[in-house]
Amino acid sequence: MGAFGPLRNPANMFTALVLVIFAITPILAPALDESFYVIVFARIMVWGIAAVSLNLIMGYGGLISFGHAVYLGIGGYTVGILAFHGVTSAWIQWPLAIGVSGLVALVFGAISLRTKGVYFIMITLALAQMIFFLSVSAERYGSDDGLNVLARSDLGVSFFSLNNKTDMYYTIFAFLLASVFVSWKLVNSRFGTTIRAAKSNDTRVQSIGVATYRYRLTAFVIAGIMCGIAGLLQANLEGFVSPDMMNWQRSGELIFMVVLGGMSTLFGPVTGAFVFLMLSEVLAGWTIHWHIIFGPFLVLVVIFARGGIAGLLTRRADRD
Amino acid sequence: MTDVIAPNVTKDIALKANGLKKAFGGLIATDNLSLSVATGEIHAVIGPNGAGKTTLVNLLSGMLRPDAGSIQFNGRDVTRLPAPARVKAGLSRSYQITSIFRDFTVLENVMFSVQARQGHSFRFWKPVSRDASLIDPARELLGRVGLGDRVDIRAGELAYGEQRQLEIAISLATQPSFLLLDEPMAGMGPEESQRMIEFLRALKGAYTILLIEHDMDAVFALADRITVLVYGKVIATGAPDDIRNDPAVREAYLGGDDSDDCSEEGAA
Repeated sequence: MGAFGPLRNPANMFTALVLVIFAITPILAPALDESFYVIVFARIMVWGIAAVSLNLIMGYGGLISFGHAVYLGIGGYTVGILAFHGVTSAWIQWPLAIGVSGLVALVFGAISLRTKGVYFIMITLALAQMIFFLSVSAERYGSDDGLNVLARSDLGVSFFSLNNKTDMYYTIFAFLLASVFVSWKLVNSRFGTTIRAAKSNDTRVQSIGVATYRYRLTAFVIAGIMCGIAGLLQANLEGFVSPDMMNWQRSGELIFMVVLGGMSTLFGPVTGAFVFLMLSEVLAGWTIHWHIIFGPFLVLVVIFARGGIAGLLTRRADRD
Repeated sequence: MTDVIAPNVTKDIALKANGLKKAFGGLIATDNLSLSVATGEIHAVIGPNGAGKTTLVNLLSGMLRPDAGSIQFNGRDVTRLPAPARVKAGLSRSYQITSIFRDFTVLENVMFSVQARQGHSFRFWKPVSRDASLIDPARELLGRVGLGDRVDIRAGELAYGEQRQLEIAISLATQPSFLLLDEPMAGMGPEESQRMIEFLRALKGAYTILLIEHDMDAVFALADRITVLVYGKVIATGAPDDIRNDPAVREAYLGGDDSDDCSEEGAA
């Protein structure tokens, strides 16, 4: 279950292909005179990290959080606000961003995990909107207009700097790989088994003596932290944070990326983010009414491609 | 909670329910129910549909809280104890409607139960698929319940009777002293039922068992004592022969001289 299968599997081959594309883009894109794609792919990878984090609780844990983008905002604003006050060291910014994301996830999780189903979805949405409105009302930090991140996180070394586009890109790439690796380890550990079992049959887990709440809460916090890291990377990449980062629509898009790529598959969310963002990019290039095409496409995927792209490719493999 | 009973009295009573009451709105599912199960016996609870048998299992296992009354397990008051804590105390249940992890393999189902028994699961790194302390006991147990050659099959793909066996294997893996079995034969054909009877007979003595069952053949083949439940009330408790001949039971439940009526009801 959920482990890396052999490379013969088309889903895994697709994964490998996407990884290779990610890995060589900073070298290849300028050579092809398409440097623009370095930024595009960096963005995709940041969303990929966020989607991987959501997949931990949604795909493996069955917890449909409709407020997950809030942690993007929290990670991003922590960096933005600290930079605003002149604190630019990554060694202060990043642990703080992680800490605040984790703390918010702990509080939000502790509240929302007492509910189930639709109520869980609504409460995660409501709590996230609370932070959204907080950022809108924060005049000092730009309200609606957002906040320019005055300086990128300073890693304090001379040979590697986020001001360098390639360094920034590979930093994000490294975090993406790390997030998938951590998911892989978690999902197959005792902890992950407990989370997956609770998704499969919560009452049964209770009746063999495991109180599921604290495991779910822990997963919720881990996912919040992982998404907070995506947020701090996004702030550095864009040089800008705004309430829009944690708008409920962003949370919806995250859910969609996970579903599109394949829930409870390790790399599915990354492929989902890749296809989702590339497609919206391409469609938006054709027509300003691109949502008219994009919307029905998403509906069709949900109806006909259960298990998302990963599911589609795996099924093809089974047939062969 | 402070209800102390002299140890020599409780020694042979594994489970004792006193005056349990549970109502759902206007429906009284459990009505002043008292019951005691001696250590090592198979104690069957029978009753027509709607007699409150599953409610009783839910109360005893801690999935429901009684409105009134108390439950003692091995001399300890567990009335307020949540379900997971009761499992840790040695009280394990199975479900009438098969409750397994359908996406897990057979082995993974039992491994998870073994894992639950070993303590907390805040272990984030080591893969369970290479954890001999989970795999070995799970394999051994699956061999014992006759699923030794089915370990790598997804649980949802097992035959129905096998799923019922797995259901009990999951309960056994928590190393209980007491099994609450909620209609283990539910939905089984005669052959599967017969195999399950043999299986339960093999467990006898090693575990104290409270057996909720519709299948009268099974009940009379296995039970040391029988409690008859009608509309949430106990109308009789005794040895199988006494129950068979109890006029109140015959009238209220067995319905004349043909007990087969009841087992047919069980398939519904």
